[in-house]
Amino acid sequence: MTTTDPTLTGDHTTPTDGRSGPGDGTGTRGTRIIGIATIVAMGWLVAFGLGFSPEDRDQRESVRLLYVHVPTIWIAYLAFIVTAVASGLYFFGKKKSLGWDRLAGASAEIGTVFVAVTLVIGAMWGRLTWGVFWQWDARLTTTALLFVTYVGYLAVRRLGGTHEQRARRSAIIGMLAVLEIPLVHWSVRLWRSLHQDASVLDADGDVTMDGLMLFSLFVGVIAFSLLYLWLVIHRTRVMAMEDLLDDRLLDDAVAARRAESVGGRPSVRTSNHTSDRASDQVSDQEGTT
Amino acid sequence: MEDAGFIIGGYVLTFATVSFMGWRVLRAGKRLGKQVPDADKNWL
Repeated sequence: MTTTDPTLTGDHTTPTDGRSGPGDGTGTRGTRIIGIATIVAMGWLVAFGLGFSPEDRDQRESVRLLYVHVPTIWIAYLAFIVTAVASGLYFFGKKKSLGWDRLAGASAEIGTVFVAVTLVIGAMWGRLTWGVFWQWDARLTTTALLFVTYVGYLAVRRLGGTHEQRARRSAIIGMLAVLEIPLVHWSVRLWRSLHQDASVLDADGDVTMDGLMLFSLFVGVIAFSLLYLWLVIHRTRVMAMEDLLDDRLLDDAVAARRAESVGGRPSVRTSNHTSDRASDQVSDQEGTT
Repeated sequence: MEDAGFIIGGYVLTFATVSFMGWRVLRAGKRLGKQVPDADKNWL
């Protein structure tokens, strides 16, 4: 198994003497810069979204919610596309690098949280604009379906088995689930919808927004893009460490089983659920050989 | 501002959600980072 991880390129070097220090976590100089930029961009989003942006002629003040609602769904689309591409690179790649699988999983997690934010903020916007929190409208329903699909994807990732089995299963779902995005995006045109049509990503390229409103939206997109980048790097590194520790538990369980088979005492006692999973993996492997 | 409760509440909810996610990821990184030698952290 290879541990090559495409996102794990860093620029920070720390001593490896086991002492507490910057090497304890998943941060590097690069992620700290992205983190600070994210906080600054979020501050700008609050300033423009709640302060400088004018109210809309039709939507009035509720337009301010769109500076969160629209960027979160756009970045969620991006996250799910990254999941699909990384899944494809794992599934069809010759090296079968689990780094791609971890990138796919991390990106899907973040995308799912962003869709949840989109749905909640959209419901609040709907209450102010339409008078109701929810309608079984085409756009809302397909977005909810997208959310449920990726919750399912994340559930599949947590099923038992080896890392390779997890990667294969989830890669197939990751590549198929992304096909829902065009359905969500064009649902307002495919069906009669209560939801408004696109104001920026229109098919004919027209932008029908006031300049300051468009700039506020742009700030939101930048802020959530940086947040996504920061989260995906950290989460991928956490997953790499989880896999590494899982492998060690598996090795320990194999050693313990071997010791039992020759009549010796097991050298390692396993006591948590992760270890049980490792033991299950040993059983699986022994069953297949 | 009209409907300030909904609008400010929406922003607060969003930032609380993403902050919680960020905090969880960082905390997991700190916790696991103590168990994994630096040599295995290929981002360092």
